[in-house]
Amino acid sequence: MSIRHHLTDELLMAYAAGILPEAFNLVVATHVSLCDECRARLGAYEALGGAVLEDVPGAAVSVGSLAATMALIRDRGKDPIVAPPQAPRPASGLFPAPLRSYVGGDVEVVKWRPMGGGVRQAILPSSKDATVRLLYIPAGAAVPDHGHRGTELTQVLQGAFRDDADRFGPGDIEVASEETQHRPVAEAGADCICLAATDAPLRFSTMLPRIVQPFFRI
Amino acid sequence: MLTGCGSLENPDAKREQRSYAGLGAALRRSNGWAMEAVTGSAEDNLAELLLRVRDGQDEAAFATLFGHFAPRIKGFLMRSGAAEALAEEVAQDVMATVWQKAGLYDPARAGAATWIFTIARNRRIDALRKQRRPEPEDVGWGPEPEPDQAAAMELQQESEKLAEALRGLPPNQRVLIERAYFGELSHSEIAAETGLPLGTIKSRIRLALDRLRREMS
Ligand SMILES: [Zn+2]
Repeated sequence: MSIRHHLTDELLMAYAAGILPEAFNLVVATHVSLCDECRARLGAYEALGGAVLEDVPGAAVSVGSLAATMALIRDRGKDPIVAPPQAPRPASGLFPAPLRSYVGGDVEVVKWRPMGGGVRQAILPSSKDATVRLLYIPAGAAVPDHGHRGTELTQVLQGAFRDDADRFGPGDIEVASEETQHRPVAEAGADCICLAATDAPLRFSTMLPRIVQPFFRI
Repeated sequence: MLTGCGSLENPDAKREQRSYAGLGAALRRSNGWAMEAVTGSAEDNLAELLLRVRDGQDEAAFATLFGHFAPRIKGFLMRSGAAEALAEEVAQDVMATVWQKAGLYDPARAGAATWIFTIARNRRIDALRKQRRPEPEDVGWGPEPEPDQAAAMELQQESEKLAEALRGLPPNQRVLIERAYFGELSHSEIAAETGLPLGTIKSRIRLALDRLRREMS
């Protein structure tokens, strides 16, 4: 998989710092699972977190804090956890582990809901400060024209889409901001499956009247 | 489930194949940092202590780690907005988790402070925000046939260098980096509180990162 569109420094740092909404965390974790370059960059931002922790002014712990911690360790069973064998992604699998755990399986268990024009979506559970969903766009079909009120991340899992400026293929992530007005269209070939997160409702300018947006949660 | 900073770039083909890359390599790849081999002696050894907990369930080593990290974790959590009692409780919980998960610690992939930071961060998200924390899929490095001491030592030296570079930042840049990691406030909340325009905050963070990259090269 040759990835051309990556996470921004700002997003990687915010993910390492743990300050993104859960919906964004899921998209970032999914991209990093697929992208060695961003995985390595994330390592650097986590190391910066380690440096910040080293430098933070300490707060005195209470008397008996160590003893209380040792008691906690004994209560939990003293043996250190050894590396659990991680089930490798099946060769046929489409979803990386973090996404699989939110969906409860791979693409075949997704409960799609039609959005019109052959486009389908499935909203995944996450905290309310942002929304994350899977999108299924038939090859050749247009994603409804929309602008963004906040940040939108779109991770391509299968197929590809194009907008006026660029092409996004498997593994690529599009980071769109408020200013982005685009008209993405799925390429001919494989149907396009994406994982998308937004921190604000989308403004659909053609397909849905704004009043039904809360109903569709888009 | 925990990801740390990888080891340094290593000419060993096997490692390359596993896309094993570390701090310097990572920063260089996306941002043009050049990493030089760091020479010098590793003085301390938090990573060493963590290995003694991992391999020998060494309570004395754990007590030393506790003395070093527990107050920092507590301070970190209080800066993140936790009341003192909660910060104390969570710090103890984090240190107990350090003991339990020590078996997963690989000093060639993350420095001790980095690894413990990721545990504290995840626990903070869980305790303060009541959210799940999706983590990237493990790349399945598998257990190393032999401990990679050179990589571990190099990583440790790099971590020390990074900590120094952070300390050397101008205060108005450094404070913004720290606040981001404390998760105290979002950029727009920092903007509201300090009266600084959002663009200024973002550009100061960018400047700070550029400077760290230069220091590391
Ligand atoms: Zn990437």
